[in-house]
Amino acid sequence: MKKSVFLGALTVAGIAAGAAAAGTLDDVKARGKLNCGVTTGLVGFAAPDANGEWDGFDVGVCRAVAAAVLGDGSAVEFVPTTGKTRFTALASGEIDMLARNTTWTFSRDVDLKFEFTGINYYDGQGFIVPKALGVSSAKELSGATICIQTGTTTELNLADYFRANNMEYEPVPIETNAEGQQQYLAGACDVYTTDRSGLAATRAAFETPGDHVILPETISKEPLGPLVRHGDNEWGDVVRWTLNALIAAEEYGVTSANIADMASAPGDKPEVNRLLGTEGNLGEMLGLDADWAVKAISVGGNYGELFEKNIGENTPIGLSRGLNAQWTDGGLLYSPPFR
Amino acid sequence: MTTLSDPPRESFRLSMLINDTRYRSYTFQFIALVAVIALFAYLGSNLMYNLREAGLNISYGFLSEPSGYDINQTLIEYDSQSSHWRASVAGILNTLLVAFLACLTATILGVVAGVLRLSNNWLVRKLMAGYVEAFRNVPVLIWIIIIFTVMTAVLPAPSAFRGADPDRTMLLDAFAFTNRGVYIPKPVWLEGSGIVVGVFIASIIGMIAYRRYATKLLYETGKLLPMGWPSLAILFVPTILMFFILGRPIELDYPALKGFNFQGGIQIRGSLIALWFALAIYTGAFIAENVRAGIQAVSKGQTEAAASLGLRPRRIMNLVILPQALRVIIPPLISNYLNITKNSSLAIAVGYMDITGTLGGITLNQTGRAIETVLLLMLFYLAISLAISALMNVYNNAVKLKER
Repeated sequence: MKKSVFLGALTVAGIAAGAAAAGTLDDVKARGKLNCGVTTGLVGFAAPDANGEWDGFDVGVCRAVAAAVLGDGSAVEFVPTTGKTRFTALASGEIDMLARNTTWTFSRDVDLKFEFTGINYYDGQGFIVPKALGVSSAKELSGATICIQTGTTTELNLADYFRANNMEYEPVPIETNAEGQQQYLAGACDVYTTDRSGLAATRAAFETPGDHVILPETISKEPLGPLVRHGDNEWGDVVRWTLNALIAAEEYGVTSANIADMASAPGDKPEVNRLLGTEGNLGEMLGLDADWAVKAISVGGNYGELFEKNIGENTPIGLSRGLNAQWTDGGLLYSPPFR
Repeated sequence: MTTLSDPPRESFRLSMLINDTRYRSYTFQFIALVAVIALFAYLGSNLMYNLREAGLNISYGFLSEPSGYDINQTLIEYDSQSSHWRASVAGILNTLLVAFLACLTATILGVVAGVLRLSNNWLVRKLMAGYVEAFRNVPVLIWIIIIFTVMTAVLPAPSAFRGADPDRTMLLDAFAFTNRGVYIPKPVWLEGSGIVVGVFIASIIGMIAYRRYATKLLYETGKLLPMGWPSLAILFVPTILMFFILGRPIELDYPALKGFNFQGGIQIRGSLIALWFALAIYTGAFIAENVRAGIQAVSKGQTEAAASLGLRPRRIMNLVILPQALRVIIPPLISNYLNITKNSSLAIAVGYMDITGTLGGITLNQTGRAIETVLLLMLFYLAISLAISALMNVYNNAVKLKER
């Protein structure tokens, strides 16, 4: 009996070691499902809707990758992760990719051995305060109690900002955005700080959003984007170019409405043809079908459509494109060429 | 003439390792040991292989780098430029603080509840049974969250104390109960305060000496000196006298609302209170059961014999029952103290920055050194637990039944 348990443990350990070595792309194909890490709930970016279906801007990236690889945007297992658990989940292989407003930083890229595959939202850290406090600038926050998600870059920026400006503050460490919202609304902290997009999304969920102001200061650069494990370059390419396909599609005017037409036959723009698989063999190079990008874009539309539907000015979140406009419109979005 | 030869030396054959009962147990133990070592060696090499594959290594160099984050409650000097190691030490001290407070409170609660559960009063007995059953059978994490949520939801924010006609006022102008914690006055040590403290420490020593002398006198002559009021008198009278003679060298710094928060005084954070009370009432229920078991382990004849000597119920409890019950109570009490210390790692649920929050939370996350920090955490908890265990065993040896 004892021997069999021992051998069993060895076998399990051996299988686990073997699984980790295979390529993620093959794993996902064999599994028929993409394991995608998202936040535990941030309306507009990733949150389950009334029917329990995950929906949002980051979720759109997961679905696009699943569609590109498996041909089905719903073949995604969403794994909610907190600021603390996200990297362990990715490093251990529990998830195939992380699309969770995670800031691209040097140490995460180099030291933690992750591969950021692009930026899907250019953000910066801000502060939200109740209007009743009468604060109009972050410089007036000395002595305030500030709710902050632990294990995030915002936590480090906050410490740096207050030290640089010779101000004092009291951090109230919290785990999730929902917890931060609850503590902030109960008055257990004067200020809540996170990425400005997150603040806007959080404020939209308040009963009286008008009673709260987001202060004008942006104290950091927060380029948010999906990431994968370091060293699995094939898989990294798939995620990178799926995101690029969404961005390029907007630039070239490919939308979920006209994509079926445009993909049915080669048009007069060679780069659009290559993107949509009617010309060349880009899909084959990635190890995917020729129409991988068509599937990815069809699920939720191109980058602009995803933005407008989930976090744009006509949604409760109400974010303007700002830095996240196409480079042709004066923004920072710029996809490398498909050739 | 015959020569006496030695008895034939028993030759050792390999098969005896299995067939001879003298060696068999060693053989199997040795095989098991090799198997265990092989298992751990396999797991270790697997870990090293996977780390190497991922391009990672094991290194504790991060401990000396600046942590970059702030901690809201530190018992030592700390800021965001301090090292990760200092952040860990701040976390350890926070762990020890909450563990100490909770152990103390749980012991008091547990002893009272345990004794009262054996009370002759039906209502008291049932109330205590209700307390023990309710708290023992609901996970401690739930209690921590309940207390914390109730505190943040029920107590007002500091802004409620603001204005000419505030919604809330401070108790006695000295205590403020807010959803960020409780603010209490802080003593300010002026010149001469050292003497007052010195006198107080001397008074404690004096009180212990008096009680020892009284016990010795009781055992030798049977003469009973009063214990209660002389102890209190020795403890407080000289200190209070000295306090006034030196012109009140210790003043109180009252908390007052300034800017966003109360300034001055001492802030006892909501997270500390929630964790402290949840651990105390939860473990108190277990200790109550230990105390009840200990008391019930003492034969009823002891009580009756003591009563027949004319001892009053309180004296019976203090002189006859509890000393005997202690040797049953102490060993499980040790493991309850260990449980409090280990359960304090649930602190992260309410954002209390203990060692799991600093080293095992933020440091782990910011550096990504999961294996290193978790190994360190294990080492810390092991060291703390063994230290508590060793100390308590010294006490246990002092009170356990001595056979002469």
